[in-house]
Amino acid sequence: MSVKFSKDHEWVSLAGDIATIGITNHAQEQLGDVVFVELPAVGKKVAKGGDAAVVESVKAASEVYAPVTGEVVEVNKELEADPALVNRGAEGDGWFMKVKISNPAEFSELMDKAAYDKFVASL
Amino acid sequence: MTETALKRTILYDEHAALGAKLVPFAGYEMPVQYPAGILTEHNWTRSSAGLFDVSHMGQAFLVGPDHASTAAAMEKLVPADIASLKPHQIRYSQFLNPEGGILDDLMVTRSAYAGYEGWLYLVCNAARKDDDFAHIEKNLPANVKLQRGADMALVALQGPKAEAALAKLAPAVRDTPFMHYAAVSIDGIQAHVSRSGYTGEDGFEISISDKDAVRLWQLLLANPDVKSVGLGARDSLRLEAGLCLYGHDIDETTSPVEADLLWSIQKRRRTEGGFIGAARVQKEIASGAKRKRVGIKPEGRAPAREGTVVTDTAGRQIGVITSGGFGPTANCPVAMGYVETSFAKPGTAIQLIIRDKPMPAQIITLPFVPHNYER
Repeated sequence: MSVKFSKDHEWVSLAGDIATIGITNHAQEQLGDVVFVELPAVGKKVAKGGDAAVVESVKAASEVYAPVTGEVVEVNKELEADPALVNRGAEGDGWFMKVKISNPAEFSELMDKAAYDKFVASL
Repeated sequence: MTETALKRTILYDEHAALGAKLVPFAGYEMPVQYPAGILTEHNWTRSSAGLFDVSHMGQAFLVGPDHASTAAAMEKLVPADIASLKPHQIRYSQFLNPEGGILDDLMVTRSAYAGYEGWLYLVCNAARKDDDFAHIEKNLPANVKLQRGADMALVALQGPKAEAALAKLAPAVRDTPFMHYAAVSIDGIQAHVSRSGYTGEDGFEISISDKDAVRLWQLLLANPDVKSVGLGARDSLRLEAGLCLYGHDIDETTSPVEADLLWSIQKRRRTEGGFIGAARVQKEIASGAKRKRVGIKPEGRAPAREGTVVTDTAGRQIGVITSGGFGPTANCPVAMGYVETSFAKPGTAIQLIIRDKPMPAQIITLPFVPHNYER
């Protein structure tokens, strides 16, 4: 299992053809206190770069884009009752959705941890 | 758009030292939050005492030979009763354009300082102050002058522990009623302390000279009950308190009647008029306004942001959200906006179009969180 990162500040952990997706710790720090998460319906097809979820902090609403193409097979229901879980564990318990990926090449194109850290430092 | 250099308040270095996130606001580089974050700062203000730098706001004086003359000049500019203000007393009002739209909202205080009996002290919004001052000067009689505050800072101390915190340094503030001021000395610093604010909590707005601002800021923060709070929490606090934000909930198209600010227009002024914009205000008092500012509570957990379309239950647009977000104390999404007057009654079911989907919501009576003023 390996974890990769997108320029839109999502992380993707791939196990077989199931990608677990969330927002990065850097993203939650930028957002501040998360108060609402809107997750896609299970069964929804998401396309790389397309809208997948919405995360709202006290300040503003932000789109979460799908870092890979596929079909949503599970969402993190805990986030509905406890959106602050995104702040406490962005890259762990605060995951957003699981997607059955249709194009493994898209995963390979994402950044590894070192490249993402470098990208964040350049912002 | 031309780039203009952002101004800084005299407390800028204090914000930077506290680790504030600084953002452009009304031409100033202001702290939107400190490391604690908006939610924590909001809750701290509701439970203890928050300290805000609001030095970007416009402070000025209207100066005439006596109160009656200065009040008469001011009453041409605002719909509030200024003549009946007692020394030390503060009133909230608005500058209106000739069409009755709101140019800005402000606080007006009648001076009781010896030798300054004909003075009114004004505090208006940072983004509007230059326009306000030009508008005032254009409409003054020869015997009344506007004097802009020079080298003045303004901080707000807000929350249930604000009185105790400030009284440690200046005991007289305990006896200052809501919407009145006291002139006090705080460790040798001359301070004009108004019992007012923008959070719905008891508290004070403290006007001092720039040269004393850092020392006062540090003196107040030395109390463990007091923590610095940024503009982010200031916004969520005022929204829960149902207070208007200029440029969002009120602007040049909205009248005081539409904005549900009729309480700030005292009886004599309603009948007599005599202020710029009176025709529309009096007409709306007599025959009603077409739309009204109301509190709106989304039924789900999704916040409805500014610009969200409001519809009736059949999907016809009846209004728009002008301020919306999450209320940390209310623990739910909170919003306000304008709706057609026939939908303004509390309890009315409406819909909000959030990300193209209709979401159920309800008109509610403001505020979302009861005011905690010291009466």
